[in-house]
Amino acid sequence: MPAKRRVAQLAMLAFAVAIVMFAYANVGLAIDQKIPAGMLGYGLGLGGLMLVAYLVLAKFAPWADPLILPLVTLINGLGLVMIYRLEEVKAFGASASTQLMWTAVGVVMFTVTLIVLRDHRALQRLTYTSGALGLFLLISPLLPLIGVSQNGARIWIGIPGLGQLQPAEFAKLALIVFFAGYLVAKRDVLALAGRRLLFIDLPRARDLGPILIVWGLSLGVLILQKDLGSSLLIFGTFIAMLYVATQRTSWVLIGILLFIGGAVVAGTIFDHVYARWEVFLDPENQAFYDRELGGSRQLMQGLFSMATGKILGTGLGQGHPDLIPLAISDFIFPAIGEELGLTGLMALLMLYALLVERGLRTSLAARDPFSKLLAGGLSFILAWQVFIIVGGVTNLIPLTGLVTPFMSQGGSALLANWILIALLVRTSDTARQPPPQAIQDEGMTQVFQR
Amino acid sequence: MSELTLLLIRLAFLAVLWFFVIAAVGVIRTDLFGSQTAGAASARKTPKPVKPAAKPKKGEPRQMVVTGGPLQGTTIPLSEATITIGRATESTLVVNDDYASSRHARLFPQDGQWIVEDLGSTNGTYLDRSKVTRPTPVPLGVPIRIGKTVIELRK
Repeated sequence: MPAKRRVAQLAMLAFAVAIVMFAYANVGLAIDQKIPAGMLGYGLGLGGLMLVAYLVLAKFAPWADPLILPLVTLINGLGLVMIYRLEEVKAFGASASTQLMWTAVGVVMFTVTLIVLRDHRALQRLTYTSGALGLFLLISPLLPLIGVSQNGARIWIGIPGLGQLQPAEFAKLALIVFFAGYLVAKRDVLALAGRRLLFIDLPRARDLGPILIVWGLSLGVLILQKDLGSSLLIFGTFIAMLYVATQRTSWVLIGILLFIGGAVVAGTIFDHVYARWEVFLDPENQAFYDRELGGSRQLMQGLFSMATGKILGTGLGQGHPDLIPLAISDFIFPAIGEELGLTGLMALLMLYALLVERGLRTSLAARDPFSKLLAGGLSFILAWQVFIIVGGVTNLIPLTGLVTPFMSQGGSALLANWILIALLVRTSDTARQPPPQAIQDEGMTQVFQR
Repeated sequence: MSELTLLLIRLAFLAVLWFFVIAAVGVIRTDLFGSQTAGAASARKTPKPVKPAAKPKKGEPRQMVVTGGPLQGTTIPLSEATITIGRATESTLVVNDDYASSRHARLFPQDGQWIVEDLGSTNGTYLDRSKVTRPTPVPLGVPIRIGKTVIELRK
């Protein structure tokens, strides 16, 4: 029986906030030779926010996993410090106060989700509603009036008076709820029907419908919005959840084949996709480096940056991560790598790995199929997103624009990821709760206390 | 700010970062090695003797394991409480199975034995090969079948 471990949670939370404050002080000492004036403000701001989150968690989800919140706090805080550090050297677009504001909004959304959503299984009834919502959010940037095109990708919607939002970030949450609900209902037919060929069980042709639809959807995102990252994210998550639901390798193989087919077709038809591939194969080519749009300059600067960091890094505030274009969003990972070195990057990846591990463990401990799939999908999408962006900036896979969860500057992603964490915490609370106790044990009716 | 101080701060920061990771793993450890570590931890703080839940004697089952079906691998520790199985979301073990009823069966302890009782399900509950028609004691390791799900009691 898992214990509640509230003390451990509070201690880890305080530890995380302390590390973030230490990092602030380090940046200030290195750049201005004094403790930065805003440090107390940022530290107290972050600490206060997390205290609120902790109290809400203790009240509304007392059995939730004790590590999820501290891990997210530290990752979010390190992102804040890095953005603050880039703002100090006037890097384009960096604004730590905006990011702190969005963190606050994110924590508010986290608490609201926890308070409103007392039982995540209620989401199962909204399977098709959330599917429709996800689809609508995905195509909303294409609508006239509200859709905005930026940097060659049409993934934003403008809200008058509020600024811009990236609806795809929220669409992924709605789609995971939809996938989970849909697969719970349909997994038997997807898992059992079919015939065996050599080593794998092939599904029947007519059961290929769902996977083809999601494939078409993600190709649509790729073609119409030029958003490689989201497209890969959605398709990969669906395949993973399909595999979890049916335990059949053939679905993964079919998914990979479909992906390769789609990628080859997209690469031959669309120049911007092919450009990514070219750059991936030969980033050091001077012609690619000098190319104005879609060249390899950003990637190479990121690689130089990480190489400068070596094992121990240059120290916070002592490198030049501002030389990487867009170091605040897609390339925050190499920026961290320059200043904290391989040692720091590994610690950061460990933080993500632990977070995902807690999510997968929640999925294992969950007692009903919907919760299992939901927790599995939510933690997989986190891991998959980190893999796609870290793989991209280290030139392991072709670069696709995606933000690093919780670290990159950007309100939509931060907000959506905090809601994701709220859902995970809610699932974890239900999964770790001791089984309901029977108050009376006689007669036909029983009263259960949760 | 001298170079040396900055170097020391840098190394200290990396050490603290890793210490956080190690501390997090320490918290997880209790999860991996089960409740014994957690019990020991709470015993250290409060000297009250940790009562091993109802002192399971030798030969008495301690957990219920799902050995077949979609939920395979799930374990539920046994305590004094009744375990309900069915499709209803408030069941202890929620099976999503076309062959299971919403309140399918329950397992409860009585005089040191675990009893399985069918709650009027449509497709029946089977203990080994025989259909459960009245509350029946469950021996260790004998499979109980509910739809596609197979569970058994283990030590």
